[in-house]
Amino acid sequence: MITIEQMTKVYTMGEIEVHALRGVNLTINSGEFIAIMGPSGSGKSTLMNMIGCLDTPSSGRYALDGIEVASLNDNDLSAVRARKLGFVFQQYMLLPRQSALANVEMPMLYRGISAQERARRAQVALELVGMGNRLDHRPNELSGGQQQRVAIARALAGSPSVILADEPTGALDSTTSEEIMHMLQQLNREQKLTIIIVTHESDIAAYADRIVTIRDGVVTTDRKNEVSHV
Amino acid sequence: MSNQPQRRVLEPVSDTGRNGLDYRELIKVSLDSLLANRLRTFLTMLGIIIGVASVVSLMTLGNGASEAITGQFSALGTNVLTIFNSRPNRGPGQSGNIAPLTMSDYKAIERIKLPIVGPVPQFSANATIAAPAADKSAGILGTTADYAKVQSVTMASGSFFTDANVQGASQVVVLGSSLKTYLFGSGEAIGETVRINSLACRVIGVMASKGGGGFGSVDDQAIVPITLAHTRLFSARTSDGNLRVTTISLSVIKAEDIDFTQERIQMTLRDLRKLNSDGSEDDFNIINQASFLSSLSTITTLLTTFLAAIAGISLLVGGIGIMNIMLVSVTERTKEIGLRRAVGAQSRDILLQFMIEAVVLSLLGGFIGVVLGSILPIVLTVTGTFNAPVTLNSVVISLSVSLATGLFFGIWPARNAARLNPIQALRHE
Repeated sequence: MITIEQMTKVYTMGEIEVHALRGVNLTINSGEFIAIMGPSGSGKSTLMNMIGCLDTPSSGRYALDGIEVASLNDNDLSAVRARKLGFVFQQYMLLPRQSALANVEMPMLYRGISAQERARRAQVALELVGMGNRLDHRPNELSGGQQQRVAIARALAGSPSVILADEPTGALDSTTSEEIMHMLQQLNREQKLTIIIVTHESDIAAYADRIVTIRDGVVTTDRKNEVSHV
Repeated sequence: MSNQPQRRVLEPVSDTGRNGLDYRELIKVSLDSLLANRLRTFLTMLGIIIGVASVVSLMTLGNGASEAITGQFSALGTNVLTIFNSRPNRGPGQSGNIAPLTMSDYKAIERIKLPIVGPVPQFSANATIAAPAADKSAGILGTTADYAKVQSVTMASGSFFTDANVQGASQVVVLGSSLKTYLFGSGEAIGETVRINSLACRVIGVMASKGGGGFGSVDDQAIVPITLAHTRLFSARTSDGNLRVTTISLSVIKAEDIDFTQERIQMTLRDLRKLNSDGSEDDFNIINQASFLSSLSTITTLLTTFLAAIAGISLLVGGIGIMNIMLVSVTERTKEIGLRRAVGAQSRDILLQFMIEAVVLSLLGGFIGVVLGSILPIVLTVTGTFNAPVTLNSVVISLSVSLATGLFFGIWPARNAARLNPIQALRHE
């Protein structure tokens, strides 16, 4: 459950103040599959960083599962990221010389989960994304789509409240993109995962149940997506 | 799309609530990272290995070399005083008429009871020495049996002549090692007869090579009883009927007695030569090897310092190597740092991971460096070429410098990267 009220973010670059967010209001409930759209420079990346607890807002309120994130220090933010969030990046961001299993286990290292439990959960997560037979493969032995599956397994292995995917298909061809989006859809339905994707492509956003458009630092449209792909 | 038979649901995690890594996990993460990147690990260690190995081997060899040099000169007799027949502090051609050094001077020194070995008189002259196969003009040294003790002579074969040989003016000769080789080649010399200025003498000993020795190395000389030299080989009589000697030498038993002994001898000789009555300056010169040795040790210290400086430069170069690889690898790994931070690692976790990696690299590299650097000195020592035991100093110095460099350049850039905003670190190219 995410509550964002009147969130602003101002970056100071030398003399110039950049208003990246100018009062965003947004509520996201558990189990939603939502796409945040907007052209570059609209503030969607900034909003994603805020939701991902990678940055703190200049003003306004952000509550994630009841935790007031805006007032947290760096260590507390790390702890929130470790427990509440799973990230999927455009460039997969896997550790290049470590196995798929080790990559999926890695985030759980930072929240006091035993080695045995880490390995078990990582294996289940990899099975969920259809990579159960590639546990020992390294990223360079996997295709782009397979690497992104491993990255999704890494995001969901710790049962986060929210999976945050930043242009998850940005580096993939259209067939693979479809596969990945179908999988995210399926994970949302079967595992009751809350998934937020950030994209500028409308056919990728079309997989989500709800589409939020942001422009010039404010939410311009927020609508149910009736024609989502099945 | 997925044909998996069963769909499992990941249950919520019940974690311990602890943030960050415990030390065992940290060590494992660091070692995994080092093992996963073997080439980078090896390249980083290479700088440390080269630096440490060169410091250990150069400092050790430098120490060994100066000890060997000092040792060689000590073997020539550290505490030996030699009395010459010349005026000190006089240029050439200014010596004027001076009373020659004679056997009475020797006897005068012998009469004062001093804590010394000797004295021994030495009378040197050139003569033709002829063996059946070869002959040569060589330096002939007439002396007494104590010469062997004063000059620490070691025999390659046979023996030195005795007091009885000296009293009886026996026709015996002891050959220097080079001279023996010239006259007899590799054959047996003991028991053979050589002719010195036509006088037949029996070879009773060959000395081991001594090397060094300054002007007229003893290795090229033949040694005979001084009585034989005085009476049958050369004319050594002075106008007043005394017997001339070239030098008198003696060995002071304890180094601290050298100055005092030198003064006593000087006084005795001045009295004997009646120099005190008219206040004229000495007409003899006493030199001691200790003062020579101290100037020698300045040279060897210089040598060691020079080698240490070269080693220091290699350590510096090695250090720069470590610095480069560490800096490059942290820059490369900024994305990794960003990723780890994004998924929940605290700055402390990142810093500790890099610190452990740096410690392991530096220690392992240092250890390999010590082993490699010790190989040459140990081989030289074991084969007896050169005695160069590995010094603790060199190990401690090189290890601490490499550890310090490794730690500093491992941690400092990692600290900067860990402080970066995770987003900036992630976007780092």
